[in-house]
Amino acid sequence: MIGVASTLLLLTHGRIAGISGVTGGLLLRSSPDRAWRFAFVSGLAVAGVVASIVAPSAIGGPVRSQSALVVAGLLVGFGTRLGNGCTSGHGVCGVSRWSTRSIVAVAVFMTTGAITVMIAGHLS
Amino acid sequence: MTAGDASARSRTASLVLAGISGALFGAGLVISGLVQPARIIGLLDVFGHWDPTLVIVMAAAIAVYAPASRRLLRRRQRPWFEVRFHVPTRRDIDAQLVIGAAIFGIGWGIGGLCPGPGIVAAGTGSTSGVTFLIAMLAGMYAQHRIASEPLLRPRHLVPRGSPTGGEATPVP
Repeated sequence: MIGVASTLLLLTHGRIAGISGVTGGLLLRSSPDRAWRFAFVSGLAVAGVVASIVAPSAIGGPVRSQSALVVAGLLVGFGTRLGNGCTSGHGVCGVSRWSTRSIVAVAVFMTTGAITVMIAGHLS
Repeated sequence: MTAGDASARSRTASLVLAGISGALFGAGLVISGLVQPARIIGLLDVFGHWDPTLVIVMAAAIAVYAPASRRLLRRRQRPWFEVRFHVPTRRDIDAQLVIGAAIFGIGWGIGGLCPGPGIVAAGTGSTSGVTFLIAMLAGMYAQHRIASEPLLRPRHLVPRGSPTGGEATPVP
């Protein structure tokens, strides 16, 4: 389904379905094409709205405190823009294209993610 | 039907299809459990109670997208609503890529949410989802600012016609 959605965006808009890139572009004054970005991000949010009504059990609750989520959000936002991609752009689309940059990025964020979870596990 | 009607119709169609792509993507994330922070933590808990099932989800997405996108880019000159395909062409591994990915991984490990699931989680109306999304947008904003890219900001702060958004304009 994620693969189909990404293909659809490539077919219609010629874009890589990288969520951080699509969302980040919304914040840039220079992007002339904020309309489709907004539509795509709205679609994602609508999926959340529908899920909360149809299948509330499919949405897991938070595993960390609110303050930890603030830190997490800041790091995710900053890191994905600096590194030009996240799980979707590098992970799915980049690896599909066999892009060296993306493969390196995935290896790095899986590694630091795993280390973070290990450390968090020892702290709690 | 005038040309104006046709272009307005195609613009509407393009936005509807972008919305459908987003909704499908979001549905895929929900169904495969990628919006559950506990599952993400399980995926990353390689040294503890590792749950590799999400690797299969990612592999399935790649198994669909890799051949489909390759075929598409080979067969078509341009996408439906754009003049050309926007596919990354860079090949260099630079410090920004590595440091950015490293920072992202730490945030991912802390919250168990990456950008897509973060937006879906905010859509569910959960406090944690909204908190995460606002912080994520702030992080993106901060990065853009440091990179001094022109940002979206209130009009009155931005001199019109300034290509840099007015930020780097030297004081006379």
